[in-house]
Amino acid sequence: MAEKTIIPFGPQHPVLPEPLHLDLVMEDETVVEAIPSIGFIHRGLERLAESQDFQQMGYVAERICGICSCIHGQGYSQGIEALLDMEVPARAQFLRLVWGEESRIQSHLLWLGLAADAFGFESLFMHTWKLRERLLDWVERTTGGRVIFGANKIGGVRRDVADGLLNEMVADLKAMEAEFAGLERTFLNDATVRSRMEGVGVLPKALAMASGAVGPTLRASGVASDTRTLGYSAYDQVQWQIITEGAGDCFARIKVRCRETHQSFDMIYQAVAKMPAGPVENKPKGFPKGEFMARLEQPRGEVIYYLKGNGTKHLERFRVRTPTFANIPALVSMLKGARLADVGNILLTIDPCISCTER
Amino acid sequence: MRESQDYAEIGADGLVAEAARRLEGNWRLVVITALQNPEGVEISYVFEKAQQLESLRLSLPLDARTLPSITGSYLAAFIYENELQDLFGVKVEGLALDFKGNFYMKAKETPFIKTVASQQPMAPSPEATHG
Repeated sequence: MAEKTIIPFGPQHPVLPEPLHLDLVMEDETVVEAIPSIGFIHRGLERLAESQDFQQMGYVAERICGICSCIHGQGYSQGIEALLDMEVPARAQFLRLVWGEESRIQSHLLWLGLAADAFGFESLFMHTWKLRERLLDWVERTTGGRVIFGANKIGGVRRDVADGLLNEMVADLKAMEAEFAGLERTFLNDATVRSRMEGVGVLPKALAMASGAVGPTLRASGVASDTRTLGYSAYDQVQWQIITEGAGDCFARIKVRCRETHQSFDMIYQAVAKMPAGPVENKPKGFPKGEFMARLEQPRGEVIYYLKGNGTKHLERFRVRTPTFANIPALVSMLKGARLADVGNILLTIDPCISCTER
Repeated sequence: MRESQDYAEIGADGLVAEAARRLEGNWRLVVITALQNPEGVEISYVFEKAQQLESLRLSLPLDARTLPSITGSYLAAFIYENELQDLFGVKVEGLALDFKGNFYMKAKETPFIKTVASQQPMAPSPEATHG
């Protein structure tokens, strides 16, 4: 038996824009165990709910993360709306879907670019991010923000978008989707990409379930789980299906995100075509009372917003379980048996968002 | 849209067997979460199957914050159980991957316990791994 050595990976590492540490227990070039450490930048945002009123906390929720900001704002809003037992106008629900799916597309494009950068395909990285910038231009034109969209508020959305502008956006998104299809062909067919990703970091279906995985990480292992099936926003008003792959390897996780990107484009087309007229917000009345667990599908998977109110302006508990936090045990599982050279790629394929994790 | 979000009470002594039963029934562990209330710490275990949530809830008095770990069934619980130890000072016995109060780098011993932060301090351990 080879002697065991421990190789530290992170918290600062070229594939990690944010701090995460792994102690890699190695036998020669093979990982036999990975011990994760997080918490280097834990912010304790959850406790802010005790000093900020429930309306102000919406701004905090949006700032948990700069990539998934839009759906964080939506998750918080949905939780409060449930506690206040209030309705959200139909047009606001459709706009939430449009911005939520734009958020998913830009996040998946960001991740695909980072993955290309990690396996050394620099031109693919640059083309992917160039396309993402074009999408963010549309986010900016319709919401006013590029990073923090500031789109959601309790009771609806912060601004309406003229139908003419939405149609102009859809025309450009269709051109962008065609461009994305070209990038996708490279991601899915290039021999160098496949050689680094196929059969690497395999997470079998049963292990994916037992390890509590969520999102594309779970769906790439063949589990059809997606909280958008709950029908929040207007997801019950558009045609779509849960995208799964069966191999459970890094390549399957790329395939899921590529296919989901197409599906997100399609959902936006459908939502704009069906966009109802009417107001985009209802005013909240009273203070939140009771408890509610809102579940939404972030680009990285299911996010949980557990909110408990006591009838005052301050929440008693504001708890966020982010998808990356849930995917850490799955990461530990998929690293066992991996080669040292593949650790960076495997780690990236859960699309780690430490900003979310360290809420 | 509201899905059913009922909670069933459970005692700490029945927790491990219930977790094993859930795993056998293909339930996914969604989250373990806690909050401080006037009686102590309230802990909720949330499971999901076919998009249906089921939750178990138990309460611990502040002066006896001890729980058995369910990592024997759900290894993934280690992230939540270490969080309970770090933020709420709950001692989780039998944790498969125990950071012994050092999962998060934090300025206070139990930052989510408001009035009795020092009642049951968790001393940092040199065995704990943190980079």
